[in-house]
Amino acid sequence: MSDLNVTPLGALHHALGARMVPFAGYEMPVQYPMGVLKEHLHCRARAGLFDVSHMGQVTLRAPGGYEPVAAAMETLVPVDLLGLGEGRQRYGFFTGDGGGILDDLMLANRGDHMFVVVNAACKADDIAHLRAGLAGVEVVEITGRALLALQGPAAGGVLAAMLPGVADMRFMDVAVLPSDFGELWVSRSGYTGEDGFEISVAADRAEALARALLAHEDVEPIGLGARDSLRLEAGLCLYGHDIDTATSPVEARLGWAIGKVRRAGGARAGGFPGAARILSELQNGAARARVGLRPEGRAPMREGTALFAAAEGGGAVGRVTSGAFGPSVGAPVSMGYLPAELAAPGTTVWGEVRGRRMAATVAPLPFTPAKFKR
Amino acid sequence: MKFTEEHEWLRAEGDTVTVGITAHAAEQLGDVVFVELPEAGTTVARDDEVVVIESVKAASDIRAPIDGEIVEVNEALVDAPGKVNEDPLGDAWFFRIRPSEPGQMDEYMDEAAYNDLVG
Repeated sequence: MSDLNVTPLGALHHALGARMVPFAGYEMPVQYPMGVLKEHLHCRARAGLFDVSHMGQVTLRAPGGYEPVAAAMETLVPVDLLGLGEGRQRYGFFTGDGGGILDDLMLANRGDHMFVVVNAACKADDIAHLRAGLAGVEVVEITGRALLALQGPAAGGVLAAMLPGVADMRFMDVAVLPSDFGELWVSRSGYTGEDGFEISVAADRAEALARALLAHEDVEPIGLGARDSLRLEAGLCLYGHDIDTATSPVEARLGWAIGKVRRAGGARAGGFPGAARILSELQNGAARARVGLRPEGRAPMREGTALFAAAEGGGAVGRVTSGAFGPSVGAPVSMGYLPAELAAPGTTVWGEVRGRRMAATVAPLPFTPAKFKR
Repeated sequence: MKFTEEHEWLRAEGDTVTVGITAHAAEQLGDVVFVELPEAGTTVARDDEVVVIESVKAASDIRAPIDGEIVEVNEALVDAPGKVNEDPLGDAWFFRIRPSEPGQMDEYMDEAAYNDLVG
């Protein structure tokens, strides 16, 4: 794996006995000796520590502070960013001219600037897109910092014991906090459906912070394998799988992220790439929709499984975009796309697994209840 | 006991051969969450796909290592697929086959040769 980037926690992963795999140009831990299933369940029961340093951290600055950055960013992202309060974060996405999703990201108002976190695989394209699209905004990729996620019901107590400033943070709050590990950039958010934090820390302090968190009896390291099954149960999209350039936010049922002021009739309606299609779909509905699926039996319906409207005959009407066994659900779970008329919960569809059509029921998302600290 | 390059083990017991996967295979697969077994009474040829295993990572299959008739399958694995990780060489056998060409067993590795293969 010599051509791969290594995160500041690379040595720690090896010391912990992780199985490493290439992922988005990085050597990343897919699992630790505990194994994917137990890691998943541990995160839901107590707390898990994830290395997400492969993700892109970017600051956006302009003379005049956050507001001009937000105004410029609203031309690339259909989110209400001018209405985002200081110390708050929102989920959003870059849209393309055809109304598809170029990447999804987190955007934070840090007072005098904006901080965004983007997907590892899209990082280079996103930064080029920001530089090309934001005149007068200084776009800086933060390369000297690691990003850790601490997720699970025990995360709040564990982190507050070390960092009292996080105790009062609510879901999607962000804060810059001094600590024994230097300045930490903390957000109360994550990718598991659990309460938890994402913590940006200087690269040379990252291992010490990770070891301090892992020293707590409630905290175990969690690899990419369990990260994927946790986010799937939580109904969260994985870019390049559940959403991509051919998928609009309305099809993906992410329309909630598009604030009223950016919709038709709003004070700052449109003005982002693909607005014509996206605003029309928000009003009139999209032809297809992302749905949850609960396959019958125990066999997972994995990504790529063709979906049919009947047990026999007819062509494929949709496709599974993520599918696995859900350890907390105790059964297989999938997400995929279906025509709007087949997207209502309770509808039976059939997925072709190993040449046989197996029944699956359209189910509400998430599969496991969100436990965010509102 | 004999071992295949596909990481299956075969144990002759009376006139049948019990088949499972090795600890090395179970570890490589990761946590097993689904097992689909053939029906007892099925006649199979060597290399026929007879069992489907899904782990948290991926789907894979087990092929019949020898010709014969499947005489018994381990139904307990259907409800408790995790046994494949807990006791791959014992409780988590997959099926018993009555060989029609008993000589085929001899073509496979002994334990020492298999251990050399997986290092």
